[in-house]
Amino acid sequence: MKINHPLLGPRNASEFTILGDAKLLQRPNTPERDQARVFYEYLYHRDNPIGQHQELWFHEQGDRSWLIVSRDTLTHEINNVELASNVIKKGQTQ
Amino acid sequence: MAYSAIKVIKEALTGHRGWKPLWRRPEPKSEYDIIVIGGGGHGLATAYYLASEYKNKKIAVLEKGWLGGGNIGRNTTIFRSNYLLHENEKFYEMSLKLWEQFEQDLNYNAMISQRGVINLFHSDAQRDAYVRRGNSMLINGADAILLNEAKLREKCPFLNYDNARFPIQGGLWQPRGGTIRHDAVAWGYARAADRLGVDIIENCEVTGFDIQNAKCNAVRTSRGRIKAKKFGVAVAGSSSAVMANAGLRLPIESHVLQAFVSEGLKPIIPGVITFGAGHFYISQSDKGGLVFGGDIDGYNSYAQRGNMAVVEDVCEGGMALMPMIGKARLLRMWGGVMDMSMDGSPIIDRTPIKGIYFNGGWCYGGFKATPASGKCFAHLLATDENHPNANAYLLNRFEKGYMIDEKGMGAQPNLH
Ligand SMILES: Cc1cc2nc3c(=O)[nH]c(=O)nc-3n(C[C@H](O)[C@H](O)[C@H](O)COP(=O)(O)OP(=O)(O)OC[C@H]3O[C@@H](n4cnc5c(N)ncnc54)[C@H](O)[C@@H]3O)c2cc1C
Repeated sequence: MKINHPLLGPRNASEFTILGDAKLLQRPNTPERDQARVFYEYLYHRDNPIGQHQELWFHEQGDRSWLIVSRDTLTHEINNVELASNVIKKGQTQ
Repeated sequence: MAYSAIKVIKEALTGHRGWKPLWRRPEPKSEYDIIVIGGGGHGLATAYYLASEYKNKKIAVLEKGWLGGGNIGRNTTIFRSNYLLHENEKFYEMSLKLWEQFEQDLNYNAMISQRGVINLFHSDAQRDAYVRRGNSMLINGADAILLNEAKLREKCPFLNYDNARFPIQGGLWQPRGGTIRHDAVAWGYARAADRLGVDIIENCEVTGFDIQNAKCNAVRTSRGRIKAKKFGVAVAGSSSAVMANAGLRLPIESHVLQAFVSEGLKPIIPGVITFGAGHFYISQSDKGGLVFGGDIDGYNSYAQRGNMAVVEDVCEGGMALMPMIGKARLLRMWGGVMDMSMDGSPIIDRTPIKGIYFNGGWCYGGFKATPASGKCFAHLLATDENHPNANAYLLNRFEKGYMIDEKGMGAQPNLH
C-alpha cells in the first residue's frame, strides 16, 4: 500500500503506524448523564465496515503528522488522504 | 472401515473413483430447533456437540461458501495451552485435552502431533515472565518446562543464540502442544455431525435476521427464509458484518493475518518455535514445508490477503532467529480475516436479542480453541447457561470492566 501524503506525496505504508477508526477523534465531552455508557461506546464500539473506512494513520518514520485515510477494507484501495489537523479545523470528522 | 489399507490400494488401482462424500448435501428445511451460522471449525464443532452431547434433534449449519474455506483452512495449525490468565488457561487446557481425544472420539485421522511448542526468551525479565506463565499453566493442569540455554541447544542447535541484540537465553516448553491437520478438523466434525443428523448446508449465506420485540424468529438466507428457536453465530472474521444485520455493534475489528510455506525440506525443525523478541513463529509440516507467520498487518481488512511490509518483517524475524532458513525458497503465502477483539480474548455469550447467541473474537489463536469453543457454545445454546470454563467470555465485560487482556495492551485490537 502507498499513502499519498498531502505534503510529501506517495509514501510507503510501512513508514506509518495505524491507530484505527477516525471516529476516535470525536472523544465525547464529559456528558452529564450516562457517562459510563457514552465512553464505553466511544472506546469499544468502533466501525468495522466491509468497504469504505476512515482511519487514523501516523507518519511515524516521516514528518510525524496524523493523517485521515479513506480506504476500502475489501480492496485496500485508498481514495482520499487528508491531514487530520486540517479536518479538525474544518470540523469535518463524522 | 472407510479407510482400510486394502481400500486405499484398491482405489489407487482403480483411479480413486470409489470414494464417497463425507457428508450429505441436504436442501434447507423451513424450520430447525437450532441454527448454527458459519461452517468453520467452531460452527461445525458446535453442531457436533449439540447433537452428540445435548441430543438436540433438528440442527442445521449454514455456511456461506464451502466447508474449510475460512480460517479453519487457512491457519498455521498450532495448538497449545500456554496462557497466563486463569480465565484463558482453564479454557485452552480444556481444549488441549479435547484435542488429545479428538481422533478417538470422531474416529477420524487429523494427524494430531504433540511435537511440543517452545516460546523463546531473550532477557532475564522475559525469563521471569515465562516462569510466571509456566506456573500459571501448571496450576491449571497443563504442562510446562523451562529450558535453559544448554538444554535448548540440545533440542534446537540451529538457532542464532549469540544474536547481538536479542541473544537466546532459553525457552518455555509445552511438550503436549503441537500441530494438527486443520482441514481434517473441519471434515472430521462435519462427518460426525452429519451422521448424527445435522444438516450441513453450504452456499447458504445469512443476509438478515427477522427480529420482533427483541426476539429473533428466523434468518433470511441466499436460499430462503429459515425459522428456528435459537441461532448461534460463529462467523469469525465476518462477525461485525453479520451481527450488524441484527443491529448489534461488537467490540471487534477485522484484520488480515498472513501465513507462509516454504518448499519441502528434510526434517529440521523439531516442534513449534516462537521468537520472543519479534513476531515470528515456525513449524515444519509432515510434507516438509516450513510453515511460518508473524504479526497481523495492522489495518482493518476483509481482503484475505496482506501487504509486502509484513512479508518482509516476518522474513526478517525468521532470519534473525534461524539464519539457515534464508536458503529455503518461499512456495506459497495467503491471508485470513481475523476477528480481533478489544482485549485479545474471545466472546461466547448471549446477545441483547433473544434467540441470538454469539461466538467470536478469536483473534489469531482460535484454531486451537475449536473443540472447547464448540463444546462451550453448544452448552450455552442447549442450556442457556455459560459453560464454567468459558464463563468469563462475556459480551458485556468491556462495559463492566472485566477485560481479559493477556498482553496488557488495552483497547487496541491491532496490538493484541
Ligand atoms: C494465517 C492464519 C494463521 C493462523 N494460525 C493459527 C494457529 O496456528 N493456531 C491457532 O490456534 N489459530 C490460528 N489462526 C486463527 C484461527 O484460524 C481462527 O481463529 C479460527 O479458525 C476461527 O474460527 P473458525 O474456524 O470457525 O473460522 P472460519 O473457518 O473462518 O469460519 C467462519 C465461517 O463463517 C462463514 N460465514 C461468514 N459470513 C457468513 C454468513 N453471512 N452466512 C453464513 N456463513 C458465513 C465463513 O464463510 C466461514 O466459513 C490463524 C488464522 C490465520 C488466518
